[in-house]
Amino acid sequence: MSEKISVKVCLGTTCFVMGSANLQELIETVPAKYGDKVEVSGVPCLGLCSIDWEFSKAPYVKVNDDVIKEATVEKVLKAIDEKLAAK
Amino acid sequence: MAINTPKQTSHLKREILVRLIRSFLSDNFEEKTRMIPYDMRPKGHEVPYRCCIYKERAILRDRAIAGLGFSIEETEESELLSNLAAKALERKEPDEHPLTVLTTACKGCVPSRIYVTDLCQGCVARPCVNTCKFGAISVQNGKSVIDPEKCKNCGMCAQVCPYQAIQKIIVPCENACPVGAINKGDDGYAQIDFDKCISCGKCVSACPFGAVHEKSQIIDVLKSIKEGKKVIAMVAPAMFGQLPCSPAQLKEAILKLGFADVYEVAQGADTTTRTEAAEFVERLEEGAEFMTTSCCAGYNELVEKHIPEMKPFRSDTKTPMYYTAEIVKKEQPDAVTVFFSPCVAKRREALQNPNVDYVLNYEEVGAWFIALGIQVAECGESAFKVEASAESRNYCVTGGVAAAVQTMLPEEIPAHPVVIDGLTKQNIRDLKKYAKNGLCDLGNLIEVMACQGGCLGGNGTVNAYKPALKQVSSYVSASESIKPSEKVEK
Repeated sequence: MSEKISVKVCLGTTCFVMGSANLQELIETVPAKYGDKVEVSGVPCLGLCSIDWEFSKAPYVKVNDDVIKEATVEKVLKAIDEKLAAK
Repeated sequence: MAINTPKQTSHLKREILVRLIRSFLSDNFEEKTRMIPYDMRPKGHEVPYRCCIYKERAILRDRAIAGLGFSIEETEESELLSNLAAKALERKEPDEHPLTVLTTACKGCVPSRIYVTDLCQGCVARPCVNTCKFGAISVQNGKSVIDPEKCKNCGMCAQVCPYQAIQKIIVPCENACPVGAINKGDDGYAQIDFDKCISCGKCVSACPFGAVHEKSQIIDVLKSIKEGKKVIAMVAPAMFGQLPCSPAQLKEAILKLGFADVYEVAQGADTTTRTEAAEFVERLEEGAEFMTTSCCAGYNELVEKHIPEMKPFRSDTKTPMYYTAEIVKKEQPDAVTVFFSPCVAKRREALQNPNVDYVLNYEEVGAWFIALGIQVAECGESAFKVEASAESRNYCVTGGVAAAVQTMLPEEIPAHPVVIDGLTKQNIRDLKKYAKNGLCDLGNLIEVMACQGGCLGGNGTVNAYKPALKQVSSYVSASESIKPSEKVEK
């Protein structure tokens, strides 16, 4: 059994206002869909928005070490599926 | 449509606001503002949404104009953004109408009409032909055809088609407006009729091109703070469900923006609750069959403009914003007051209330936190001087106002609440009927919320509905109840 895929939804203020408010549903729906293969959590600011003008690419989600910019529910689910398929 | 669905248009509007605030706080407001469209779409940048980079920049320019607080309709196309930034600083008070339409962003959707799709089977039963009262449908070459001269857009044919082959094509803003105030003009672009508009903000949320904007007052507020004025925030109950932090942290975060003090509007809602309960008892004792609430600004404007016959049945009690602003101006007469609002409609109400100087919605407040890099979840805690009641903190949830009033009523005069959860064309017809008959067969206390879900569903909110509700509910359960021991005496 390989390691769990980790999904971190940034709930820092910038990400929250720019759209991660609408990603909170992932915290409920991902475990229901993938069971214990994926670990998902809302996390404090990942620090990605503070560099230069990168706030405009918020909200950010990290799937393992990959950063998803302007994240949407669909983008995150696609990234999880790709990681699972690569295993 | 679900409440508060995620939208790319919101992302664009918020990005513009952050950039405007940073421009204001920089050493060269005018030039930095002029550069916003070019900074967002520099040479060689991909063109995500429109036909070309020039069109994208033109629309971003217009979004910035709305962000500066001006009407797009009244702004010369040749005017430089830098000049407009300078003019924004000279403005003494906000515009009369809070909404503006960006013709550049408006798609000029195909007109609303009934359309027979390729799915039409040219069936034998032909319910469409038989149902049409206007004789507008005939079958030609084995398919139903609508005569546009005769069709009245009633949609009956679409309802009866067994193949669902007939569709009603809608214009989202027109379809969302409950009072017919936004329509495509002769040029094909949306126009708002301000004599009819009730500022409910439904068109702002509905337009998939983000073509309807609120004229922001953010520059006016920033300027007041920069001038060293005592600027005080009055935070409506819905705000406490918007950001990932505690209410005390939110207060601290708002103080960091430069506000001198923060009041909870729920404090004023306590007065609304008591006054409205007393009024309800008085009215029913005098023989009235029902009363409606009066705290929703969108509903109040609806009554003024479209259902004047409802006035005798609407509570005379003032809104929580009214009482809160009165308290603030009494305690601190030199204060500049800013109402933190979930919706457009409160901007109209504020314009009519000399005690409320400016209004910001939660998108604007959120953008301000981003611009200053304030992490609300890492802020310290700052307690409110006056603790509002649980019932009043729950005003922002549909049914919350009626429930608060109910708490204060004597047992002999029970309320049977009827909740209008978001204004629609249908329930406006119902309200007209109640007013005309002087009777509502469903109950005697009608709570009207223009937005579905209550204020938490307002067009200016940032949080998704469910988590916002959860957050507000936990704040409410941690609060003391308004004293039912002070119930209205019969």
